[in-house]
Amino acid sequence: MSLTPDSVPRLPRGVRLRHDTVRNAHVLLAPERTFDLDQNAVAVLSLVDGSRSIRTIAEALGRQYEVDPGIIEPDVIVMLDGLLLKRVLETVPAA
Amino acid sequence: MNAVTPALPAPIGLLAELTHRCPLRCPYCSNPLELDRRSAELDTATWQRVLTEAAGLGVLHVHLSGGEPTARQDIVDITRTCAELGLYSNLITSGVAGALDKLDALYEVGLDHVQLSVQAVEAANAERIGGLKNAQPQKFAFAERVTALGLPLTLNAVIHRGNIAEVPALIDLAVRLGAKRLEVAHTQYYGWAYVNRAALMPAKADVDRSIRTVEEARERLKGQLVIDLVVPDYYAKYPKACAGGWGRRLMNVTPTGKVLPCHAAETIPGLDFWYVQDRSLSEIWAESPAFRAYRGTEWMQEPCRSCDRREKDWGGCRCQALALAGDAKATDPACSLSPLHGKVQALAIAESALETAPDYQYRTIGGAPRVALPEGAPA
Repeated sequence: MSLTPDSVPRLPRGVRLRHDTVRNAHVLLAPERTFDLDQNAVAVLSLVDGSRSIRTIAEALGRQYEVDPGIIEPDVIVMLDGLLLKRVLETVPAA
Repeated sequence: MNAVTPALPAPIGLLAELTHRCPLRCPYCSNPLELDRRSAELDTATWQRVLTEAAGLGVLHVHLSGGEPTARQDIVDITRTCAELGLYSNLITSGVAGALDKLDALYEVGLDHVQLSVQAVEAANAERIGGLKNAQPQKFAFAERVTALGLPLTLNAVIHRGNIAEVPALIDLAVRLGAKRLEVAHTQYYGWAYVNRAALMPAKADVDRSIRTVEEARERLKGQLVIDLVVPDYYAKYPKACAGGWGRRLMNVTPTGKVLPCHAAETIPGLDFWYVQDRSLSEIWAESPAFRAYRGTEWMQEPCRSCDRREKDWGGCRCQALALAGDAKATDPACSLSPLHGKVQALAIAESALETAPDYQYRTIGGAPRVALPEGAPA
């Protein structure tokens, strides 16, 4: 059970990306836990919307940071796989 | 004055004990022995102000708890306020009585997560532990509705002598009910659980088996069920950082508005707690004598003071240090570095070996046991 470039990730109900104004940082709020996010994670999660595939997300990041999306894509998959395992990310079933 | 400075980080979580009323009577309840009555509870507007102050202070998670939080008529309004403030709302519920009737409305106003207690899998055992007949089918119906709505569900099972054999079945139950998380929480012996310790203490061999069961299930259910394990203190090597360290991460507001660093803090005599009716949450966080008493490491004695774990577990639990060592500043005797650790383990082994467990002293409002505390606190 691992994500592929065609997977379309989304945050399930009960998981929210939030900017914490007091600490001036982005956090992922989830059941009984808070994930501190680094800049890369925020950049990825900001593009997770339940309609973009991982390939599309990597392409968008590639344009944004002027890097080859092929280099970014495996890192995106590793990061999102980690969240999937913790059950704070899900995929949209293929139509 | 902004209370949040690099030296004093903002709290992450607010445990809102909305009421002490509860249809269940679990003998390990974390509420104090002297329970607050309905007539003394904070009103809706005060809770809403507290939540607003909490959000401003930096709180991210609000745990709507009790007692049974859905026993409050205004639980939906309070939950809506959390959502409006961007606070993550976590309903900690028994799932019985009126809980199911209010669930859809809670979902509508933006409830984020539900933590449902289960006393055991086998209904007769569960209802014996919780002290309420017919509770089990209500809990299952509640769980079904939670997942049908698409809300994330956590099951919380407090583990003790009376249900430790059911740990494998509890894991199966969590999967069957569609929970994403399961908390296998060995009893922490404060409050009612301290009074009932001899009836609850499991044998070390059973504890070890339950831990192996959880480890095996975590591997088998990877990506399907997350299992959190709270191990029992008395058999542990190191204590847990109670509430993430005193006055570091958590605030607890009681039904009557008293603000505590942890839910058991009132058992420590001489602490001066402030009330939300009198001061802002930010002032209480920064200045309340109760919060300052054991914050950081300055108050520590040896062996904590020079220990390289002192900022990992913060000396363990102050309430347990008081209960077992007679001094809230002592090293938590759950720690193997405490001179009392051997005695505490021996106590647990002796209690768990009782051929017949004593009867439970069930939690009741106005029913604080007269026989204050069990014997065994090492002198």
